[in-house]
Amino acid sequence: MAIDAAEIERLIKSGLPDAQVRIDDLRGDGDHYAATVISAAFKGKSRVQQHQLVYKALQGRMGNELHALALQTSPPQD
Amino acid sequence: MMSEVTINDRIKQDITDNPVVLFMKGTPVFPQCGFSAAVVQILTTMGVKFKGIDVLADPEIRQGIKEFSSWPTIPQLYVKGEFVGGCDIVREMYENGELEGFFKDHGIAARA
Repeated sequence: MAIDAAEIERLIKSGLPDAQVRIDDLRGDGDHYAATVISAAFKGKSRVQQHQLVYKALQGRMGNELHALALQTSPPQD
Repeated sequence: MMSEVTINDRIKQDITDNPVVLFMKGTPVFPQCGFSAAVVQILTTMGVKFKGIDVLADPEIRQGIKEFSSWPTIPQLYVKGEFVGGCDIVREMYENGELEGFFKDHGIAARA
């Protein structure tokens, strides 16, 4: 059920084309990742809404193939 | 359709009747997932009273809460009927001190 880091990054960028994405494979097991995502789409949005945008980009994989993705999101610093 | 209405109604009832509700895997005493355990630990450390709802004990709630919140993962924290977030958001708010103020603004006793 694992998914690789490049695929996660590709999916996030497909939903948020301007996003800067960093993926860390926390345990090296292809199952526990941390993602840092910076996108202008997050401006003026709550944290919940920001994470929802990332989950939407992941098209239903979150909670399924992708069990653990610790998310940190923010808009770009001006 | 009938049962969907019922699940949504049950969830609404739970988050209306209880000021702080954590939808989690396992129980507050025996969490069955590290992410649920992490949120339980934060709430316990802050002395916040909460109702834990074990989604593993109820597949309908497990699916229903994901749709209700538009949020794909468990745990999920609700305060005064408002969705606060999952493990990452709760942890971030706790670590930057925001969570204590959030509870106080919502009239919930909490310590830092």
